[in-house]
Amino acid sequence: MHAFEFIRPKDPAAAVATASKGKTAQQGADVRFIAGGTTLLDLMKLNVETPARLLDISRLPLDKIEATPEGGLKIGATVRNSDLARHPMVQRDYAVLSQALLAGASAQLRNMATTAGNLLQRTRCMYFRDTAMPCNKREPGTGCPAITGSNRTLAILGTSEHCIATNPSDMCVAMAALEATIHVQGPKGSRAIPIGDFHLRPGSTPDRETVLEPGDLITHVTLSPPVEGSKQVYLKLRDRASYEFALASAAIVITIAGDKVTRARIALGGVGSKPWRSPEAEAVLDGQPATQANFRKAAEAALRDAKPRSENAFKIELAKRCLAHALQMAATV
Amino acid sequence: MRDDSPSSPSFQTRRAFLQTTGGTAAAAAIAAYAPAHGVDEQGISPSEGSGGSNIEGAVPITLRINGKDRRLRVDPRTTLLDCIRETVVLTGTKKGCDHGQCGACTVHVNGRRVNSCLTLALMHDGEEITTIEGLGTPDALHPMQAAFVACDGYQCGYCTSGQIMSAVALLKEPCGPDDAAVKELMSGNICRCGAYPNIVAAIQQVRQKA
Repeated sequence: MHAFEFIRPKDPAAAVATASKGKTAQQGADVRFIAGGTTLLDLMKLNVETPARLLDISRLPLDKIEATPEGGLKIGATVRNSDLARHPMVQRDYAVLSQALLAGASAQLRNMATTAGNLLQRTRCMYFRDTAMPCNKREPGTGCPAITGSNRTLAILGTSEHCIATNPSDMCVAMAALEATIHVQGPKGSRAIPIGDFHLRPGSTPDRETVLEPGDLITHVTLSPPVEGSKQVYLKLRDRASYEFALASAAIVITIAGDKVTRARIALGGVGSKPWRSPEAEAVLDGQPATQANFRKAAEAALRDAKPRSENAFKIELAKRCLAHALQMAATV
Repeated sequence: MRDDSPSSPSFQTRRAFLQTTGGTAAAAAIAAYAPAHGVDEQGISPSEGSGGSNIEGAVPITLRINGKDRRLRVDPRTTLLDCIRETVVLTGTKKGCDHGQCGACTVHVNGRRVNSCLTLALMHDGEEITTIEGLGTPDALHPMQAAFVACDGYQCGYCTSGQIMSAVALLKEPCGPDDAAVKELMSGNICRCGAYPNIVAAIQQVRQKA
């Protein structure tokens, strides 16, 4: 691991001021915030991340879960995944989020990993993690061996000719279906970013994964008040029953009145270059009967633009069945 | 768990033996090239607080490990795992994958189980750490340690301290009554020998007695 200077900023403003002197908030950053460290230290050991300065934000007062005046939820940046998953309001009103968090990693890692860290979780693509290999995300312009190489676990939606890395997060998929808002404090002040706009598709700049700018510090995430009568499910399919990343997952927030779907929010995990909201699937279901046939049609719509590579074509059908099954589960909750 | 600390008078540990013999060989090799004080600074027998003392940029921290305050100097890069094993020389905590994928390094920080390989020692300045050495003694095993013995919850033993630290933490976590719930919450601890059925049995035995 490269040497670094360890700094403990006294408040978020000091953290932002110090970080804004850094090169970038993206890959190749010479300043990184650290809280849980479960992604960052892993990648620092591999020399994929080589920050010259680490800013410890784990002791800043960003670790609260609070109800908002509107009846929603405010989740601090450094709230641990396990605390968020077990919070009574999350379990009652945002079950899809609790389920997604508990489907991720292990009990030990959930005790460490934080909300903001999970939003910035890096891909598990083996070429990204191996500095002996070319990788456009890690070293722009070096190429993407995954496209013709080992790509069984990689993305089929939102990829480009430069990168097919999968976003590995479960939490983000649930937050996409819940239409979470990410709150950032930066050198120019504070701003709120809808989660759908937060992560970027790789395009020709896969090294740039989010809209964050130098100095930007995620302070908290907010969720809108729960939708009355909504049913929620997170379904995750993987190579082993636990402690594994998704091959395909689905987050469902659906409202059914009578036999008709009146509102559907659908996101997929394990298949996208970013947490994959599917407005196509939502449109298919809007106002339609909640039947297995319609759930399958929604799944077909969600995967219509999927682009398989040499080893991951199976993910298309897997993701369709995952989504259709998750919808059926939600309808019968 | 046996006392592996260098001060233990009862027996020569494997670790102490290897350190002495390996260290002597290394010292002899260095002596050919370095002045005598250089040899001294290599430090062939690690003791409390020595792990980072000769390293440029080492920072002072205090960890409360198994109820005892340890004032240490660590390189900022030192993981909690390496600090526990190499600086404090409590070697019951094991290094498996060193990337948070196996759970062998599981310890408790402020009462919660974590992978000590994926966190920096200096981020835990002032915090309470419990390792396998802090659970029981050879004469008075923790109930979970006794259950692992009774149920044969190990084979080679390398993952065992991590398994037991996870299992003890699980007792205080929300966990359903059935084996499936235990397996889910123990999934962060890999056992290459495949002792899983006996590990689950040991945990269930402790839960049923509680």
